[in-house]
Amino acid sequence: MYKYDTYDQAMVDARVEEFRDQVRRRLEGHITEDQFKPLRLMNGLYLQLHAYMLRVAVPYGTLNSAQMRMLGDIADKYDRGYGHFTTRQNIQYNWIKLEDAPDILADLATVEMHAIQTSGNCIRNTTSDQYAGAAADEVIDPRPYAELIRQWSTFHPEFTYLPRKFKMAVIASDIDRAAMRLHDIGIQIVRNEGGQIGAAFYVGGGMGRTPMIAPCINPFVPIDQMITYSEACLRVYNRYGRRDNKYKARIKILVHELGKEEYTRQVEAEFAHLLTQNIEPPLAELARIQAMFADPPFEVGIADEVDRSDPDFALWVDTNCLAHKQPGYIAATISLKPVGGIPGDATGEQIRLMGDLARQFSFDELRVTHAQNIVLPHVRKADLYALWQQLDAAGLGTANLDLVGDIIACPGLDYCSLANARSIPVAQKISQRLARSEQAIGELKLKISGCINACGHHHAGHIGILGVDKKGVENYQLLLGGCEGADTSLGQITGPGFSEDGIVDAVEKATQVYLNNKQGTERFLDTYRRIGMAPFKEAIYE
Amino acid sequence: MKILTGNDLKTGAVTWWDGAEWSLHVEQAVDVGDNADTILAREQAARRVNAAYAIEAVKDADGVRPAHIKDRIRALGPTVRPDLTLKPADPNAGEWVI
Repeated sequence: MYKYDTYDQAMVDARVEEFRDQVRRRLEGHITEDQFKPLRLMNGLYLQLHAYMLRVAVPYGTLNSAQMRMLGDIADKYDRGYGHFTTRQNIQYNWIKLEDAPDILADLATVEMHAIQTSGNCIRNTTSDQYAGAAADEVIDPRPYAELIRQWSTFHPEFTYLPRKFKMAVIASDIDRAAMRLHDIGIQIVRNEGGQIGAAFYVGGGMGRTPMIAPCINPFVPIDQMITYSEACLRVYNRYGRRDNKYKARIKILVHELGKEEYTRQVEAEFAHLLTQNIEPPLAELARIQAMFADPPFEVGIADEVDRSDPDFALWVDTNCLAHKQPGYIAATISLKPVGGIPGDATGEQIRLMGDLARQFSFDELRVTHAQNIVLPHVRKADLYALWQQLDAAGLGTANLDLVGDIIACPGLDYCSLANARSIPVAQKISQRLARSEQAIGELKLKISGCINACGHHHAGHIGILGVDKKGVENYQLLLGGCEGADTSLGQITGPGFSEDGIVDAVEKATQVYLNNKQGTERFLDTYRRIGMAPFKEAIYE
Repeated sequence: MKILTGNDLKTGAVTWWDGAEWSLHVEQAVDVGDNADTILAREQAARRVNAAYAIEAVKDADGVRPAHIKDRIRALGPTVRPDLTLKPADPNAGEWVI
C-alpha cells in the first residue's frame, strides 16, 4: 500500500502544527467560533450532539496494521473506548475534547494518517472497492488511481471552496461494490478492445434530499488523461454550480439542470483547453504509486480447500468470504453488525485485534467498507479457521454479510446534530427480530438514515428507512427497491410512515411477502422488481 | 419556560445555564424569560459556552424537560449507550427522553 514520501509527511506534520496554533488561538479567545469553525471542519472536527466529533480519513478504505492499532489506541486514550466506521470508509470518534484534537492529529501523523478532506466544500476522501487488489473480477487494482486523485485533490487551491462537498469513487470491476454511480464523480477503470486502460466517467450522482444516478458522460478517457478530465469536470462545476442555495449546490443539480449533453459538451471543451496546459501528472508518478500496490508475496501451490467440519465456521465462510484472484487465498469480511449491536461500532480492543490479525493473516492489510465492515483482503484458506476462532471469541465472528442483519445505519439522532430521528435503535430491533430468518431470506441490503441527508444510504437499500420528525415525534418512511450495484436504482416510498416499532413490523412483513413470492434463486430485490410495489404495500398497510 | 443550552468550549460537553454558570445537568436549568440574547452574547464572548441557543422546556415535579426530542437526548446522552449517559447507574434515567 501507499507509503508517504517526505512531501506527504511534511504536509501532514505542518497541518498538525497549524491546527494546534488555531486551537490555541480559539481557546485563548483570539478568534471567534465563527472564524474557527471552518478551520476545525477542514481538520475533520465537528461539534455534534454531545461533544466534538473527529472524522479521520481512511483513503480508499485501505489501512495497515499499525494504522488500525493507532485507531484503537485513540479510541481508548482520547475517546470513550470505541470508534464508529462510516459509510464513506472513514472512522469517527464521538467524544473528543477540543484541547486534545491537535494531539490526536499528531498521533495520527506518526502512522501516515490525518483528518484532511473529511469535511467542508472540498473534494472529500476518495472511496473505492473494499476488495481492490484481491477481487478476481477486477480489470486492475483501482487504488493507485484513487491515490493519484488523493494527491491531486488534497489542498487543490482551485477546489478548496467548491459550491458544496464533492465525493469521488473509483472502481475497476463491473460489479460495483462502492456505490460508484451515487457519487459526484464515479470512475470505473476499464480496458478497451485494444487492451488499453481507461476511465469511464459517471458524473452527477448522489443521495441526499435529491437522489440521482450519475449518467456516463464519457465511457473511455485514456488513463494518462484521467486527472485532466477530472479537473475539467470540476472546473465546469466550480464555475456554474449554484452558490445561492445549498440544497441545489451539488453537481447533480447542475448536470440535471444543464442536461447531460450540455454539461458534457462544456466538460469536453474545458478538457480540450486543459490538454494544452499539460496538467496531467507524469506517468512515472503513477508507476511509482502502482509499485507500492504490487501484490503481496502470495505463496503458490498451497491448499485451495477450506476445512468445513465446524458448521458455524462453514456458515461464516459461505456468508462472509469472497473468492480471491490468487488460488489458496480468500478475502474475509469482519462484520461489525452483531445481532442487536450498533452498526459500525468497534471497541478500541476490537480495533487493535483486527489490526493484529491483519498482520498475522493478511499481509498487514485491512479495508474499511462503505457498509461499515472491515475486510482482511488476503487470507490463506489454510489460516481461515484460526482467524475465525479469534474473531468469534472477540464478538467479531457474525456471519451476516449482505444479509438483513448487515444493516447500514447512520449515527442518527443519538449522536448527530443534523438528524431528525434515531437510526441505531431501529437497526438493533430489526437485527434482533430477523436474526433467525436472515439466512433463509438471503441477500437483503437494508439501509437506515436519520435524516434526508442520507448518510445511511437509504435510497440505495433493497429496503430503505428514512427517519423524519413529525411534529416532534420520530417517524419512519419505508422505501423498497433501491440498489447500489451495476444495476443502480433508487428506492420508492411505500406510503405513510411508521412509529419506531411499526417500522420493524413493516420490514418483517416485507420479508414475508418476498418469501411467499420468491421464485427460484431470486433475491429480495429480484422479487420486488418482478412483482412490483403493490403486494408489499398491501401486506404492510393491511 | 425558556432555557439555555450549549457546549463547553474545551470539552464539548453539553451544558445548561443555571442562572450563575453552566451546569452539566438539565435539572438545574433556569427560566431566562426575555434575557436569552443578553446572556448568550455575554457568556459566549467570555468563552464560558460555545454554540449556545435558547430552547423551550417545561418544568414539572420530575424536573426540567426540553420540549424537543433532540434536546432531551442531548440532556442525558445517547439512548443506545446508557453506560455513556450522565446517569449510567440508573436504568430508568432515560424514560422521559423518548
